[in-house]
Order: sequence, then structure tokens, then C-alpha cells
Amino acid sequence: MTEKLSGARAVAPRDPSVPMVKSEGVHKSFGPVEVLQGIDLEVKAGEVFCLIGPSGSGKSTFLRCINHLEKINAGRLYVDGELVGYRQKGDRLYELKDSEVALKRRDIGMVFQRFNLFPHLTAAENVMEAPVQVKGVSKAQARERATQLLERVGLADKAGNYPSQLSGGQQQRVAIARALAMDPKLMLFDEPTSALDPELVGDVLDVMRDLAESGMTMVVVTHEMGFAREVGDSLVFMDGGVVVESGHPREVLTDPQHERTKAFLSKVL
Amino acid sequence: MTADTEKAAAPETPAAGPQAIKAVPVRHYGRYLTAVIAIGLLASIVYAFGQGKINWHAVPDYFFDDRILTGVGKTLLLTVLSMVIGIVGGIVLAVMRLSKNPVTSSIAWFYIWFFRGTPVLVQLFVWFNLGLVFQYINLGPIYKDYWSSFMTPLLTALLGLGLNEAAYMAEICRAGLLAVDEGQTEASHALGMSHAKTLRRIVIPQAMRVIVPPTGNEVINMLKTTSLVAAVQFQELFRYAQDIGQNSGAPVEMYFLAAAWYLIMTSILSVGQYYVERYYARGSSRQLPATPWQKVRAHLGSFSSRKVAV
Repeated sequence: MTEKLSGARAVAPRDPSVPMVKSEGVHKSFGPVEVLQGIDLEVKAGEVFCLIGPSGSGKSTFLRCINHLEKINAGRLYVDGELVGYRQKGDRLYELKDSEVALKRRDIGMVFQRFNLFPHLTAAENVMEAPVQVKGVSKAQARERATQLLERVGLADKAGNYPSQLSGGQQQRVAIARALAMDPKLMLFDEPTSALDPELVGDVLDVMRDLAESGMTMVVVTHEMGFAREVGDSLVFMDGGVVVESGHPREVLTDPQHERTKAFLSKVL
Repeated sequence: MTADTEKAAAPETPAAGPQAIKAVPVRHYGRYLTAVIAIGLLASIVYAFGQGKINWHAVPDYFFDDRILTGVGKTLLLTVLSMVIGIVGGIVLAVMRLSKNPVTSSIAWFYIWFFRGTPVLVQLFVWFNLGLVFQYINLGPIYKDYWSSFMTPLLTALLGLGLNEAAYMAEICRAGLLAVDEGQTEASHALGMSHAKTLRRIVIPQAMRVIVPPTGNEVINMLKTTSLVAAVQFQELFRYAQDIGQNSGAPVEMYFLAAAWYLIMTSILSVGQYYVERYYARGSSRQLPATPWQKVRAHLGSFSSRKVAV
């Protein structure tokens, strides 16, 4: 595993001082329910950023705002220095067209709790789909890359299998390979191990750990405190749509300052 | 753990395995009785038809008559073309119905309401007689003619059947599109795929599994409904059979002949449907069901292996 998971991506020279994700007072409501009530945080390039908190705390919603699957109602959200979903001219915001949003999403990989693999395509075809359809990569090239990526996640022999023929852990690893095929600069993980049998969690976490070591910027919504402590560079504890506490995972997890954090951790640790 | 229990249980069972139960089965006399009654009724119906004043020889005599074969061809042509109009129209209407634009979704709703709510025979007559509303058809420099010579029986039949079918297909397609998990669309969007690509590459192929079975039903229905277009002067199987019947003096016999041809065609379509369903089932079940041919071959294989064993 000396070769890095992100593969032969030509990294464009980027200003390292620009945060990969920057959130300023982000609000999001679903009807009368205000799910996010002003989120301020910063994800540096190359770091593993963990979001923890009880269900309903808004962590998954926030993650989905980052690639504009959800529209925010107030505040500003930047990915790699660019506004998400809008273009600013003067002090006016213009909504981006669907095609422009799609263009930005190419650079942001996402892994879902329920895998969401395309069931009518084989594992290899799942990985090939976006490069061929979105980037116009030739099928032969895409297949070669898919084979490489599936090998990296330990599923070289499953390339021809349909998702229904794979276990949950295998499906999730294919989903990670599928996201990586687009050579993203940022990976979003939405509780990637929550739908898995305990036995299968390890395989997926191993792949994620490997990805983190390759220098990928990752935002991870998770209940795996062990993973957060070992691999995470920053950790945020959210509750009720606000950031309650943040810091280095080891500090927050071993010595929480806030009462709410203490109560939550005493239940999950 | 399980190995231990197996070991413990092993000595108690004899080496030949458990003794099979030999018991006197319950006699279901009611079943015998109903079977006898059913067979008796069937036989009497067949006998009645055999005794009737029906000249059965006329059926094989005209079965492969040129006119009948032409009629079969035209019925199939009309079925295929009407279903193409119906399916394409249905997909467009379904997407319109599901769109966020209130104008397009209302128009689609209205279309479905109107065409599903009126009998297809009435629609056929309306198309045929639209000359009362439009005397000419004028497409500028491309085409200009009297409505009556523009609206041929074939065009009337196609519009009547196809547009009516589109309303039904729209509901079938809509059900199919709604049956695809929203996570699929999200995953596709998250990869940077556009709405159109997501629909074409991800959603529709999965929707097909839900759409195909009722569509097969619709095709078979359509094949039979084409017999209605005899009313608007289009010559197809039923119309030809009627014509032959009137000239040859065997009208009822020709209805039986037409019925036999319709049965043959619907049977062939059912076989086709089976294979289309099987194609779209890939990925949804862990193992595709065997085709009848594969089953036959498997049985042949087991027979031959049995011979080898003996």
C-alpha cells in the first residue's frame, strides 16, 4: 500500500492557506424546523475533520450542504475559496445553474450511509460511470482506473459482481472507489459505517484510514469514536443545530469541557 | 458447539438414515367430484360447438388466405406503431407530470384526465371527423391539403390508439420513476451528473423493471384494441375476416379464425415479455431465473447423468 489511494491525480497548485471548507453562520430550515442554527467552522486542506453528535443534531444536513444537495437559508459556505451554490457579484448573490453546480460537485466525492450504489451496474461499471459520462474519459481508460481503484479497496475479484451480490462492507468500499474515480479534492462521508454489521466496519475504516494517510481532505460524520480519535485531525461536536465544542479529537474525546458533550460521550464511549 | 451436538446425535440415528413414514393418505373425495363435474361441463361445451351449424372446415381453408395474412401484418404494424407513440408520449407526459414547473405538470394532468376518461372508440370517431373543425391542413411551404385526404384511416387509427395509450403509459412510467430510490438520484448528482444524464443512465434503467410488466399487458391489450379501428375504415385482421365472412357465407367461422390469430399473436408477445423482463431484472436479483430453454437443457442433463449413474 505504498501507492496512495488518490492515485495519479495531478494536484493543481493551490494556496495552502485557503481552507478547503469554510462555513460562516450557516442556517438551514426544513419548513418550520431550523436544523442548522449558525454553523461556523473551517476544514483545512489535507485534514480529517470529524463531525459527531446525537441524531437530529444536523451533522448530516451540514455535510449535504457542502456539495449543495441541500440549499442553505442563511450564512456563507465556501469550498476551496469558492461560494457553494451561488456567485457573488458586488453584494448580490446569483444562484448557480444546475450545470454549474454539477461542475463543482465533480471535485467533491460523497459516500452515503446506505451506499446508494447503482444496482443495475456491476461494481466496475459503478466506478466507471461518472468518469465516462461526466468527464468523457474513454471506456478502456475508465475500466483500467476502476480495476486499480477496486484493487486498492481490496475488491479486485468483485469487479463483475452486481451490488446485490456484495456484502454491505464490500458495497461501501465500492462506493468509496466510485467517489475516488472522479479524483476529488474533498471527500464527504455520511455515517459510512452505520448501516454495516459490526464485523464489516473494520474493512471500511481501513480503507478510509489509508485514504487519510494519502493526504485526502475528508469530512466524516461518524459514530466511530475510535476512528475519530486515531485518524481525525479535528473534531466538532454538534447538538441542536449548533457547534457545541470543537478541538483535537483526543482532547475533546478524553477531556470534554461542555456538559452536553460529556453527557453524549458517556453514552457512546 | 454445533459440531458437538452433531456428534452426540449421530450414534442414535441408524446408519440408513431416519425411517420414512408410510401412512394412508387422506382421500379428498370432494376434489374427485369437482374434477369430474368440471370435465363434464367442458366436454358438453365442446360437444355443443361441434354439433352447432358451424362449418369448421372454413377455418383451415382461409387460415393462411392472403387477405388474412395481410390483415395480420397490418394489425401487428398498427400495434407496434401505436405502442411506440404511446410509450414515447407516456415517458414525456410522465416527466412533465413530475416536473417542478406547474404549467407543464398541469397540462400533463389534463391530458391524462381527458384521454383516460373518454372511450377510445369515441376518440377514433372524433379524429376521423375533425374535418368539420379543420377544413385544410396547412403547414406553410411544407405541406398543404384537404383535411379529409390528409387524415387517412391509418393516421386516424395511429392517432386515436397512440394518443390514448400515451395517457395510460404516462401513469405506468410515472409509477416506475417514483419507484426508484431517491438516494440513486442523490448519488448520481453528487458525482456531478446532470439531471438528464441521471434520468437516462441511472433512473430510467431501474424504472424499467417496474414499467415492463404492465407495459407488456398494454401491448397485448393494444393488439386486441386494434380491432376497433375497423370502425374508421382501416383494414386490419378483424376487418378482413369480416369481409371474407360476408363474401364466403361463413361469417361466424371467420370470427373464430380471427380469434385464433389474435391468440397466436398474444402468446408470442407473452414470450417476448418474459425475456424483456429477464433483461431488466439483472442486478436486482442475485441470480437471474433460468429461461425455459435453459430449464429444458438442465433436465436433459440430469436425465443423461442419471443414465450414467445406472
